[in-house]
Amino acid sequence: MGVRLLLKDGEMTALLSGEIDHHSAREIRTEVDEAASKVKPKRLTLDFSGVQFMDSSGIGLVMGRCKLLQMWGGSVRVANLNPKIEKIVSLAGLNQLCTIVKDVNYDEAYE
Amino acid sequence: MMKPTNEMAVSFLSCSANESFGRAAVAAFAAQLDPTIDELSDIKTAVSEAVTNCIVHAYRDTLGVIYITCKLYEDGRLSIRIRDKGCGIEDVEKAMQPLFTTSENEERAGLGFAVMESFMDKLRVTSKPGKGTTVTMYKTIKRRQAEKNT
Ligand SMILES: Nc1ncnc2c1ncn2[C@@H]1O[C@H](COP(=O)(O)OP(=O)(O)O)[C@@H](O)[C@H]1O
Ligand SMILES: [Mg+2]
Repeated sequence: MGVRLLLKDGEMTALLSGEIDHHSAREIRTEVDEAASKVKPKRLTLDFSGVQFMDSSGIGLVMGRCKLLQMWGGSVRVANLNPKIEKIVSLAGLNQLCTIVKDVNYDEAYE
Repeated sequence: MMKPTNEMAVSFLSCSANESFGRAAVAAFAAQLDPTIDELSDIKTAVSEAVTNCIVHAYRDTLGVIYITCKLYEDGRLSIRIRDKGCGIEDVEKAMQPLFTTSENEERAGLGFAVMESFMDKLRVTSKPGKGTTVTMYKTIKRRQAEKNT
């Protein structure tokens, strides 16, 4: 499991990779929250292109980051879900809570 | 009741690092049914939910043993039983409702049982407070003989 953080023009992107479960979600949360609390980005993109597996702990992870960003009026969007992850995301109704986008590449993300 | 054609059992300690081991062990056993990538992903997700529940809820603040038994039947049915000797569940029906969680401030989504239910064909949960919980899930893997023969 890994996280790479990108920052540009007050926006933060977390490139997630590997498998997201309760064990790995803890590490991701610590890393993302530490950076986000410092920078207070107006938008956080959680990019799932490198994620092969996710259970409902990943849903909790996204929901928790939505709550965090709300503290300073920021928003979360979720990008590049593969069909398997999309299945659990739609079961959870995450689209009610944050924006779900497809095919974000990084030039576009920072326009 | 049909006799299983194959069977496996594993047990391991309830460390969160073992969540990936639990689902990988079941997936490796299920692979002999030649499941699709989607079927395998459904199984892994459901097992991950049940194993995580043993770690997060059943053995909260302690370490215990998680027992998994898988059986295969001639008709392509796979049964997966995940058992703990942890705290048990007071009201199973209530616990299984989507969004219900007793770990409000730990970023649990309350969707574990909902995922098991929708990703598998059948789910059965029995529990005794103070004794532990047993989750049994079933999924039939459709044969893809026709594809293979061409
Ligand atoms: N193996 C278990 N032992 C004890 N309690 C459990 C177990 N599995 C589930 N529970 C209870 O059922 C609730 C719902 O479980 P679940 O749907 O997986 O949601 P979550 O894990 O996000 O809380 C849990 O919050 C917990 O109270
Ligand atoms: Mg759960």
